[in-house]
Amino acid sequence: MRGRPMEVTRRQMTGALAALPLLPALAACSARGDGALTVWAMGNEAASLPELLKVIGWPANAPAIEVQPLPWTAAHEKLLTGFAGGSLPTVGQVGNSWIAELAAIGAIAPVPDRALGMLDDQFAAVVDTNRIGGVAWAIPWYVDTRLQFYRKDLFTRAGYDAPPADWAGWKTALHKVKRQAGAGNYALLYPLNEYEQLTTLALSAGARMLRDDGARGAFSDPEFKAALAFYKSLFDEGLAPVASMAQISNVWDEFAKGYFSLFLSGPWTIGDLNSRLAPDMQNHWATAPNPGPDSIGSAAPGGSSLVVFAGNDHGDAAWDLVSRLMAPAAQLKFQQITGDLPARRSVWAKAGLAGDPIVAPFATQLDHATPLPKVPEWERIVTEMQIVAERMVRGQYSVDEAAKEIDVRADRLLEKRRWMLEKGRTR
Amino acid sequence: MSAAGRVSEARAGWAMSSPALAAIILFFVLPAIASLALSFTDFDIYALADIGNLRFVGFQNYERLIGNPLFWKAVTNTLLFVGFGVPFIVALSLFAAMLVNSRWLKWRPVWRVALFAPYVTTLVATAVVWRYLLHTRYGLVNYLLSLFGIAPIDWLGDPHASLPAILIFVGWKTFGYNMIIFLAALQTVPRELDEAARIDGAGWFTRLRHVILPAIAPTVLLVSVLTVAGMFQLFAEPYVMTQGGPAQSTVTILYFMYEEGFKWWNLGSGAAVAFLLFLCILAVTLVQLRLAKRSGAI
Repeated sequence: MRGRPMEVTRRQMTGALAALPLLPALAACSARGDGALTVWAMGNEAASLPELLKVIGWPANAPAIEVQPLPWTAAHEKLLTGFAGGSLPTVGQVGNSWIAELAAIGAIAPVPDRALGMLDDQFAAVVDTNRIGGVAWAIPWYVDTRLQFYRKDLFTRAGYDAPPADWAGWKTALHKVKRQAGAGNYALLYPLNEYEQLTTLALSAGARMLRDDGARGAFSDPEFKAALAFYKSLFDEGLAPVASMAQISNVWDEFAKGYFSLFLSGPWTIGDLNSRLAPDMQNHWATAPNPGPDSIGSAAPGGSSLVVFAGNDHGDAAWDLVSRLMAPAAQLKFQQITGDLPARRSVWAKAGLAGDPIVAPFATQLDHATPLPKVPEWERIVTEMQIVAERMVRGQYSVDEAAKEIDVRADRLLEKRRWMLEKGRTR
Repeated sequence: MSAAGRVSEARAGWAMSSPALAAIILFFVLPAIASLALSFTDFDIYALADIGNLRFVGFQNYERLIGNPLFWKAVTNTLLFVGFGVPFIVALSLFAAMLVNSRWLKWRPVWRVALFAPYVTTLVATAVVWRYLLHTRYGLVNYLLSLFGIAPIDWLGDPHASLPAILIFVGWKTFGYNMIIFLAALQTVPRELDEAARIDGAGWFTRLRHVILPAIAPTVLLVSVLTVAGMFQLFAEPYVMTQGGPAQSTVTILYFMYEEGFKWWNLGSGAAVAFLLFLCILAVTLVQLRLAKRSGAI
């Protein structure tokens, strides 16, 4: 090379540029293994964790805690990929509907005896969601469930203080609301691309949805068919628009305009409605538990739990961290930062939630909650269920045909599970 | 050349190309064979936990795909993307290349950079900007349409409009690359021919059809083969813009494969989709080559 030693030739420049994509790989080599205790969390909860960790009195001689935030949309894939690649962290936040899957593949460690005390002072249905084969796998961290948000003023105009709790009365009320709502408007919104509405009706009707230890669909049971027929009638009688969420440009806006007066959603919607509706709309909406065939209905218990991943509990440090995060003071602080509903019942009173007319119905609903089937294939089964239900609403199937079709699809998805059960290879 | 010389030359040739061949075998051929093998198994999360739960299922994955309406929906969408997208993108790139190649255009390098810029800009960033442009109520696209008295279109929310919306975005994003290839070919067309045709009284379109296109036919073939392969493998644009929606109208084969493999973790089924896609692209490319041979482009 001629010239001064500091000069960079074109060839070296090109080589350096070509090697640029390799840099992240080098960084990845050094990212792990410095003895820190890694925690994976999602969305809003991940953003609030650093602040929460300051108040739990984590001992100075314990390993440092490193929080890695994941976006909700990619979290499920990330957990499975992490398991496949052997790069799972020590502690993680996991959506309650994923526990069955992670337990089945052996990614998470069961709750040890000394930590079982953390399951007291909790909502029974939520704790039950995390219990598979009689073993507890995770500690519920915050809870949620879905119930009805409705327009108080429009129900009052139709002659009701609140939506009735039995299906027949509820539907009569909706007809009155729709008559008052004017042309082109509806009474409720049940988006055809979401499965939560139909599963809520099914749980309220007492449907089990799977039978034989989760090895076959039970969608032809009379309870599920009753829910399916009721769901279909809401569209057939013109109470709900035949539309998917993609066709509703702005849910809150349409709710305020009176395009519909009732919809199903979770606690995160409280904040949305507070911030997005005009000030004069603020005292015109309320929440109520779901209706059932004869009285108050059911719902699926939701929320997230804390898990310790199999084989990296850092010698008790992991469970120590979980128990500190579950302490009443930490739960209260967590509720104040995120607005999430605390898993511990005693904290509800401390946080002033029990007396809040908007939040209190969630506690009532959580006392009337039923766990969904706990099989890894559930998410996929329920997705297929909704595809069939949408076609039924659009007139492709009758109720009986739809129930049979959902069973066929569920059985196909569960074929591997049946084989595993026969071989005694699964829980 | 003596026989010994030929042998040593052949040996030198192999020696020189062997690093590249080794890389192709290691990083392309072997994984392709492995994924073909994977497509005959039911690799899923149970197998992930314990390889003993892996079963050889023969052609079952393929049978189930053939019987899966969503797979056919994905195939139809992909064929629509190929059918409408390839002519659209090839014409757009050729038009842009002729524009920046024409003599009357001032600041040609600036135009070249400006038209090439979308291709080298981050896809996710441009997708976010396009989502604003395509917004039903506040988007620039609908504003421009309203000047012509056209009612606002719900570009990303209406199952009929979502495919054109993605196509417009993909076209805008990728034409720059093809434009550069066309530009290189156009600069090899002798100006004298063009001028001779002009003096003979040939119009703009006649000159394009009888002078320019025959001269750049091999390039048109190359660009169309590349675009077909690209359109068959459309994934990132629908993933970022619409997540396959609305009503699964933008689920492409590759997007379907991604969901099978990484959302539901059915890697066996995902590998089967990949292999069917490979056969599809191979078949279409062979047809293109045959047509090109017949028309004498190569």
